[in-house]
Amino acid sequence: MGGPVSRPLSRLVSDGRLLAGALRDPASVAALDGDGWTALLAMARAEQLIGTLAKRLSGQPMPQAAARVLADAAASIAQNRRQALWEAEMARRALAATGVPVVLLKGTAFLAGGLRAGEGRSCGDLDILVPRDALPQVEEALLAAGWSWLKPDPYDDAYYRRWMHELPPLIHRERDRMIDVHHTILPLTARPSPDAEGLLADSVALPDGLRMLSPADMLVHAAAHLFADGDLAGGLRNLWDVHCLVHQFGTDGLAERACRHGLQREVDRALRLAGALYGGEGRSLRGADRLYLRRLLARDGWGRETRPLTRLGFYVRSHWLRMPPLMLARHLWTKWRRP
Amino acid sequence: MRHAHALRIGPVGFRIGSDRPEPIRALRALYRDYPAPDDGVPDFTVRLFAPGPLRRFLRPSVMIGGDFMIPDAAPLPLAQGLLAAEMAMNLQMALGQRRYLLLHASAVEREGRALLMTGISGAGKSTLGALLSARGWRLMGDEFALVDPASGRVHAFPRLVSLKNEAIAEVERAVPDGRFGPLLKDTPKGDIRHLVPDARALAAMREPAIPALLLFPRFGFEPAQRVLARSEVFVRLTQASTNYVALGEPGFVAARRLAEEVPARAIDYPDTASALAQVEALWAAL
Repeated sequence: MGGPVSRPLSRLVSDGRLLAGALRDPASVAALDGDGWTALLAMARAEQLIGTLAKRLSGQPMPQAAARVLADAAASIAQNRRQALWEAEMARRALAATGVPVVLLKGTAFLAGGLRAGEGRSCGDLDILVPRDALPQVEEALLAAGWSWLKPDPYDDAYYRRWMHELPPLIHRERDRMIDVHHTILPLTARPSPDAEGLLADSVALPDGLRMLSPADMLVHAAAHLFADGDLAGGLRNLWDVHCLVHQFGTDGLAERACRHGLQREVDRALRLAGALYGGEGRSLRGADRLYLRRLLARDGWGRETRPLTRLGFYVRSHWLRMPPLMLARHLWTKWRRP
Repeated sequence: MRHAHALRIGPVGFRIGSDRPEPIRALRALYRDYPAPDDGVPDFTVRLFAPGPLRRFLRPSVMIGGDFMIPDAAPLPLAQGLLAAEMAMNLQMALGQRRYLLLHASAVEREGRALLMTGISGAGKSTLGALLSARGWRLMGDEFALVDPASGRVHAFPRLVSLKNEAIAEVERAVPDGRFGPLLKDTPKGDIRHLVPDARALAAMREPAIPALLLFPRFGFEPAQRVLARSEVFVRLTQASTNYVALGEPGFVAARRLAEEVPARAIDYPDTASALAQVEALWAAL
């Protein structure tokens, strides 16, 4: 990939490269005019990276109007962080008496661990990992502490419990925040089967008694989420997480760990794409990488998704990855017949 | 997007894009005298687009989108594209504004001091704001008052005044030389007609004011006034705000300061003449 600044601005504002370039090289924003800034801010909002951008661009010269938008975003993210950490604390209190180890995942872990990947990161639901055999206790304790099922439906419930890597989503009645309780990091229907016991055994204790995954496992989880479980929506943010984790912890022992979880291909791809987008170790793109980049960067200067066919392709792929064809057909049939 | 317009209302810049030319044309006409966003960088992006490929031609209609969206927003007919643009801008403010505590209120100013009027839909906020502006007050806004948590001052947001149903004829009579938009019939909120704030409101849109009086008007009752306890004022302000919770501590600070420092009254009125008399009397007694 060429540097973002070498491309004509008019083309740049219609592709996510503008955003990736600003995160990769903050000084590059000096070349932006009013329209360029407008496009950059719209893309960053759409990709939920505006808080990250605010952090990354702090200290760069910029138009006052842009600085104001980013200052608002920074304040908003600070409040988001407070809420996310409070929600983790609420879960800790609810589950303390069970004695079950509770591992924070994704954004909340980055925030609680004070990691670089957490700087400016927005954080929605609370994701936790617990041992599979402790699920009944955890479920009971959360229900007793004010969480309830988001959309009680017998088919969904049975499907989640039999095939998914998490319980059906729970929402807290008063705080209106969701919690996803995982027992592993990929659906049981997916082809790779990560070593869930290994994830728990290697997890790292945080000062308050909660835990987070080991750095290598955090990287494996980010890659699994991105390439083995979804349609790559929000992928620019996931790859920024990957970029930050690699920058902070390096990649020693990562290949071995990825291998153990059966996710080496996914981890390698995450490293190559994160490198291509955000810089770092030079790894040349391979195979379908360029197609992935095309999907990841499908965002225009109005914040709209572009390239509908590419996106559709990845959407179909995501379902294909999640379950075998016959099962997928049965699943879609049941979902379709329901009112 | 193919058609676009950018403008600033008070301290907030917007960019509105549309697949179809009609909403932008209507917007340009009524927002003719509004300035461009500072530095050419708006705070919010609004998108108006067709719900699906066929709907471009068949019963053409407009979906509302932008930086901040609600998942199940219903489309509006193309003839109401102006309303769609207005609703989309309001939505960006309601969901995305983090610099100011946003009060669902109309605001007018005299000698640097602001009167804020807040209440449920139909309480007469917009009507009273428009009528007071025809009687020598500066209109600061008919929908949102922006309270700066740091200074406690109110910033103006003089978007088009949105008049509904019976209020349309009443304000047309009171402001005969006002610039009005097209009459939009049978919208989800009934009939709507927009009034462009007067030249004075636009010229001073950057000037904040010190809040001096909080009113909670209620239409359709015998004239009455009630002094409100600080606690009730505070609770009513949090209910009137769309971003009180999202702001966190600064929102609390701004709402508490208003409740503690600004006199507040609930007023009931059977007709606008009674409301205007009560407002002027309360203001004179400050």
